[in-house]
Amino acid sequence: MKTEMICIGCPMGCYLTVECDGKTIKNVEGNRCKIGLDYAQKEIINPERTLTSTVKVKSGHLPLVSVRTNQPISKSRIFDVMELLAKVEVQAPVKIGDEIVPNIFDSGVSVVATKNISKKK
Amino acid sequence: MSKIDSRAVDLVVIGGGPAGLAAAISAKKNGINDLVVVERNDWLGGILPQCIHDGFGLEIFKEHLTGPEYAQRYIDEAKELRIPCILNCMVLEISPQKQVFVASPEGLVCFNAKAVILSMGCRERTRGQICIPGTRPAGIYTAGVAQNLINLKNVMVGKNVVILGSGDIGLIMARRLTLEGAKVHAVVEILSHTNGLPRNLQQCLIDYGIPLMLSHTVTRIHGLNRVESVTISKVDEKLKPIKGTQKTIECDTLLLSVGLIPENDLSTTCGVQLNPVTRGAIVNENLESSVPGVFACGNVLHVHDVVDFVTIESEQAGKSAAEYVLGKQKQLERINVQAGNGVCYVLPNSISKNSEIELLFRVLCPKEDASIGFFDGEKLVKTKKFRKVHPAQMIKVKLSKTETTDISELRVELLKK
Repeated sequence: MKTEMICIGCPMGCYLTVECDGKTIKNVEGNRCKIGLDYAQKEIINPERTLTSTVKVKSGHLPLVSVRTNQPISKSRIFDVMELLAKVEVQAPVKIGDEIVPNIFDSGVSVVATKNISKKK
Repeated sequence: MSKIDSRAVDLVVIGGGPAGLAAAISAKKNGINDLVVVERNDWLGGILPQCIHDGFGLEIFKEHLTGPEYAQRYIDEAKELRIPCILNCMVLEISPQKQVFVASPEGLVCFNAKAVILSMGCRERTRGQICIPGTRPAGIYTAGVAQNLINLKNVMVGKNVVILGSGDIGLIMARRLTLEGAKVHAVVEILSHTNGLPRNLQQCLIDYGIPLMLSHTVTRIHGLNRVESVTISKVDEKLKPIKGTQKTIECDTLLLSVGLIPENDLSTTCGVQLNPVTRGAIVNENLESSVPGVFACGNVLHVHDVVDFVTIESEQAGKSAAEYVLGKQKQLERINVQAGNGVCYVLPNSISKNSEIELLFRVLCPKEDASIGFFDGEKLVKTKKFRKVHPAQMIKVKLSKTETTDISELRVELLKK
């Protein structure tokens, strides 16, 4: 079976044609580097994405702090993580890299802050 | 009337976004100590703090950073270098003598600058500029405004959304709105191809099953107080709506991602000439405009696809401005660079002979197995092959010293085969 996909590894965005038999990859075409190869592999077996979103902050200079997963997570868990983050509220100040939610769903992946939020003056 | 507070300074950088910060840092590192960054908002980093998605910094840091993380690296560096950045200050005018008039919270200030770097970025095109007929209800936002409300202010813009335009901000917002629980019914694009990066097509639309309607546009907005629906129509090759193809999509929100315009209102006050295609300054390889000592970089010069390229360009502008102030600038003979068939624009607009130079350009239409030709009159100086070219992807090509020797002009063309 042939599957078409676009590599998200860099802004180049290679259009890949992946030939596979079930979950075994036979051939990948269209990639310009190794990133495309690895991406195709993961897309067929267990597609992963880095999730970025926001969580609420109490008494910060902004009402929200932007966050990300510190590693890509399974695409199928994205909406579960969003639901989880909707219930989280942290206290200012927050620093880039601060752990907001550790080890989500025992995956070993944490949600971390991507912005500095100072205390409201 | 009180006298205007007047101050002499080597360099004024206008705008504290990624372009202005990189330019100021580079100028400082190249020997300019007497400089100031003037920013109209109460934060540094420009638009990046609201761009919470990742994918920034791959070119420079070899990492996938989010917008706020990328911005913070430059904010920290500017701070370490003790570069004065004044916030809440609006530049009103730049005179041809490079007097920069600033409305600051303390009153009117005039900087008498030796050099000025224009790094004001760009703004979004609005409904008025694309003339969508219909009522004028609430619920119509530019994609960037919606991004600001959702990512910085915790305000959700709507539940049922149609997005017009498939530029990167539109695609990014389609995903963001979906994650926040809205239903994005369609991304509608008037052209027959998308305007965003291919990776955003995958991770923002395909991942979430959001339909992309190419060769379609919004032809009417309905609703009295709030958007109730939009009419979309198929368009012909001349981008004119085709009668009888109208469809109605019920929605409460319409997002517009229909292009960015360099914000050059200030540039023209000091006489900087603009290129009608990019709507940014006409510059030479030093990124110096038609006014000596006035430089331009970042999205105010031309709209970039990725911030890394803004940074790289702005570092060049900072270095050039430093050389100008320190009297190190060389007077060189220059030739004009022009966009020929199939090419939208080329930068810089003029280059010095006998120098290694990097040209940046965009094609007009997507093409596979494309060859780009570099001509001196009728003479072909160089050809470069690409597996795929796309208007959304800026192309960079280096010309060597020998390739620019003894040429009298340069034209970049998409070759027909």
